[in-house]
Amino acid sequence: MDRNQLTEEESSRRVNIMGLLLNCAVFLLVVIVCSGWQDDGNYDGRLSDSDPISLWPLPQKIQISAVAFKLSASSFQISHAKESSAGPGCNLLQNAFRRYFEYMFGSVKNEAKPRKKVFSSELTELQVWITSADPECDGYPSLKSDESYELSVDQPSAVLKASNVWGALRGLETFSQLVYEDDYGVNIINKTSIVDFPRFAHRGILLDTSRHYLPLRVILANLEAMAMNKYNVFHWHIVDDPSFPYFSRTFPELSQKGAFHPYTHVYTPADVKMVIEFARMRGIRVIPEFDTPGHTQSWGKGQKDLLTPCYSGSSPSGTFGPVNPILNTTYEFMGRFFKEVSTMFPDAYVHLGGDEVDFSCWKSNPDIQKFMEEHGFGHDYSKLESYYIQRLLDIVSSTNKGYMIWQEVFDNGVKLKLDTLIHVWMGNKAQYETETARVTAAGFHALLSTPWYLNYISYGQDWHDIYTADPQSFNGTEEQKKLVIGGEACLWGEYVDATNLTPRLWPRASAVAERLWSDKDVKDIGNAYGRLAQHRCRMVQRGIPAEPLFVGYCRHEYKGL
Amino acid sequence: MARFFGKWYCITDLRFWLLVIILFNDAEQVNAVWPMPQRISQSTQQYTLNPQAFLFQYSNGSVVQPGCSVLDTAFKRYFAIIFPDVTGKHGVLGYNVPAAFTVFVDVKKDECDGYPDENSAENYKLSISAGQAVLSSETVWGALRGLESLSQLVYQDDYGAYFINKTEIEDFPRFPFRGLLLDTSRHYLPVQAILKTLDAMAYSKFNVFHWHIVDDPSFPYQSRTFPDLSNKGAFHPLTHIYTQTDVRRVIAHARLRGIRVVPEFDSPGHTQSWGKGQHDLLTPCYKGDVPSGMYGPVNPILDSSYKFMAQLYKEVALVFPDSYVHLGGDEVSFTCWKSNPNVRAFMAKMGFGSDYTKLESFYMENIMNMTAALNKTSIVWQDVFDYHERIPQDTVLEIWKGTPPKYREELSRITKAGHRVLLSAPWYLNHISYGQDWQNAYLVAPRNFSGTEAQKKLVIGGEVCMWGEYVDATNLTPRLWPRACAAAERLWSDEEQTSSVAQAYPRLQEFRCKLLRRGIQAEPLFVGHCKHEYQGA
Repeated sequence: MDRNQLTEEESSRRVNIMGLLLNCAVFLLVVIVCSGWQDDGNYDGRLSDSDPISLWPLPQKIQISAVAFKLSASSFQISHAKESSAGPGCNLLQNAFRRYFEYMFGSVKNEAKPRKKVFSSELTELQVWITSADPECDGYPSLKSDESYELSVDQPSAVLKASNVWGALRGLETFSQLVYEDDYGVNIINKTSIVDFPRFAHRGILLDTSRHYLPLRVILANLEAMAMNKYNVFHWHIVDDPSFPYFSRTFPELSQKGAFHPYTHVYTPADVKMVIEFARMRGIRVIPEFDTPGHTQSWGKGQKDLLTPCYSGSSPSGTFGPVNPILNTTYEFMGRFFKEVSTMFPDAYVHLGGDEVDFSCWKSNPDIQKFMEEHGFGHDYSKLESYYIQRLLDIVSSTNKGYMIWQEVFDNGVKLKLDTLIHVWMGNKAQYETETARVTAAGFHALLSTPWYLNYISYGQDWHDIYTADPQSFNGTEEQKKLVIGGEACLWGEYVDATNLTPRLWPRASAVAERLWSDKDVKDIGNAYGRLAQHRCRMVQRGIPAEPLFVGYCRHEYKGL
Repeated sequence: MARFFGKWYCITDLRFWLLVIILFNDAEQVNAVWPMPQRISQSTQQYTLNPQAFLFQYSNGSVVQPGCSVLDTAFKRYFAIIFPDVTGKHGVLGYNVPAAFTVFVDVKKDECDGYPDENSAENYKLSISAGQAVLSSETVWGALRGLESLSQLVYQDDYGAYFINKTEIEDFPRFPFRGLLLDTSRHYLPVQAILKTLDAMAYSKFNVFHWHIVDDPSFPYQSRTFPDLSNKGAFHPLTHIYTQTDVRRVIAHARLRGIRVVPEFDSPGHTQSWGKGQHDLLTPCYKGDVPSGMYGPVNPILDSSYKFMAQLYKEVALVFPDSYVHLGGDEVSFTCWKSNPNVRAFMAKMGFGSDYTKLESFYMENIMNMTAALNKTSIVWQDVFDYHERIPQDTVLEIWKGTPPKYREELSRITKAGHRVLLSAPWYLNHISYGQDWQNAYLVAPRNFSGTEAQKKLVIGGEVCMWGEYVDATNLTPRLWPRACAAAERLWSDEEQTSSVAQAYPRLQEFRCKLLRRGIQAEPLFVGHCKHEYQGA
């Protein structure tokens, strides 16, 4: 049968939960009501419901009082503060108000007149106050967006102050996390004051829609979950070797021939727009990745002569390698293609890939050999790769986009603009730390993903390692550390599709989310366990099938079967 | 990122059939049956099926006729599975359609209102020819297996038309006990999740649901005799329990799919949650001379413990119709017993010395006698054999520990002692790793150990286990399927015909897509796609 040594270890961890918030409570931590915490039965799986308040990711500064207010679904309102630069015309906020109202109270069907009586201990309003002249209601979030906010929960009304809608969205999430149900089913919120801002500006999740096609619903559900964890970048690894589901208006044959199926397994422009708008409403940027010159097998099906013909001896073998870097037609194609991409995706960045280029096909091809000779590349095929990338970067620069690239492009010495984001993904801890140090020493911005390849799974609580990895733990100056703009959790698709994506990603990606948002000193595993167990129950209640951390239960189990 | 679809595979039958190689024009269609039937021959001769003219009919000579609950409901179920695009309103047909493709079902024994049991014959013959199929079997349970195979033979082309090929199948299971364990104590599984699992089990021809219903963390079984067990021991006394109605529903759902339900009430260890609702059941642990406030395993020295267990098992015997019950008996920690002065006094009185395994044996023997008196066959975990070799001969041992050399040794030892065994050690599917780990589950050889032919026959089957530390309704289905399918084929099919992972891969990939089509959220084996992807989120 089965026993797991973790049991006792986990039980003992509960003791640490009182350490909650201590590290970060710069303000005076008053009291946290904690009815269930002292339960010290020999075995108790009730961890998850022990502490009524569980904020995730933990805000930067927080003060919670024992004074508590009731919230009533029939009288509570979220409204624009009088002084706010945003009003009812701000669609983004109106939608967010409704969304968070439903998270807190469920979808209330009873539309009877609101109760007149107001209890003295009731909180009836959250006012959202946008302070800057332009609330950015119709804009897109960017790398430079200010996501900070201040939240004060007190009578007569709670106030959420942010300079623009992006900070307001983060504050609304936090407010909703402060609300909990007591044993009588009453919604409660404690008197609270929070000052919050993200540690890193780029907090992303990569989904791979090429190795398996992901239906739109799955992508949207994950954007919902991302917002619950204050993620702000959806890195859409949209095409790769196995399939090309992106429907290109300029080159429709790419998906017609390169997708798993030309109708059921593609993303039409309308689909892409829906994803972008859905993400925008949640303060999430959408950065598409069109990875070249490798990882392009599926491109070749719908675009003749784009890929390099491989040779077997002196004749073509019928197989194809990376993009053919010696033909002008290749660059003409890329020019038109990325022009479309730049208009389709509003974000200022596009991810150009550049990873794992296999040289064997190039080496086999006599035309390429000749080209190498003509350009004096000798036998150094990384020079050919650099040649290609350089020309590609020029093309993309001309569309006024910035770019992200995987670390190999930097490693191979390609000349890059200084605002290029280098995406670190290889090696072990020592190796990725060295790489981050090198990238930042060269003055480039770095993003970390190596420790956050969440497609790799193992038995047990592997979120511990995920949680303790830190993008700034490398040898470097303060200046270098500042060049690290964040990181991304990657869920590559070899073994993942709509059937298992969500429970595999959540709540493991939540561990990354806290690392990227909260103060660097928020790193106590025991403390995190209790909050994360509850945070996952909250996601489950909101309809996200996030898997359990360990033995236990949620008051509202997953019902979406 | 190779995406490969097997274009062909071969099925061999050594004695009766010719080697048949099937080449399909439609490259993505592998008309395979999972698990692989013992004997199958197919031809390229293709028949169109029309949902408007398709009937199931009991043949004239069949002992079983309309009114048989098991098969009547199976016909309805499989019609919807065979024709997934057809909504109910089109499906109603009279029995007089002249040109209907008719599946004649011929069953020799009437067990329509019974339960499948350890002796149920599951063999069947299926013959598909122009305009008709003949499915004959000894029992309704065999007919269910045949209907499952039939449903897997039907395929659709790109225009939505349905086809079946001329086929002959003669099939029977290699092992009579093909089980799957779910753990509803470490996490509560909503009844819906259990029913879904039973559906998927039927698709893979599993026939035993081992319900590990209670354990340390929670006691969700609502007992008629001892309601406090779940009132106090469940995660929540109302939302996280299985009422008697729930249990009956599970058993009924399983019966209609030819699946037995074997409950496990594991003792004397793994019983922390029991103690909350039953005073004095667990052993008080001591710290020096005084009770520490902690509790250990069931207290084996009190008569009240045995009275309680007898009453509980009496109820269990009534509620669960299967003739088997699982008594657990694993992983008993002796530290608490050792700390307790009363237990030590009892040890001395019984002459056990300081050998606590003797105390454990004493306890288990009492429990096994109780179930024997209730006419139930006991299954226990291997631990019980390991410390106490003289146990009732008809007890079934379940092997869960160790690496292949270790469990093979245990197989030898237990079968040498004449006991029947179940193998689970290689099928702990809660243990996950990156990549195609279904292959390990597939390549298990349950009878590959040193022993006589008679010993090998004592291996009655095996079980896939999905322990619940990290599993609940959010991730159960994709973690279990299609990995459990690998074990299902090992337990049903001929080992020689199914020894190649490479040949299994395209068949399993196709079967996984079928599971998706049937609403089972089975995860992918590798890069690729299904015509009908899972749409939920």
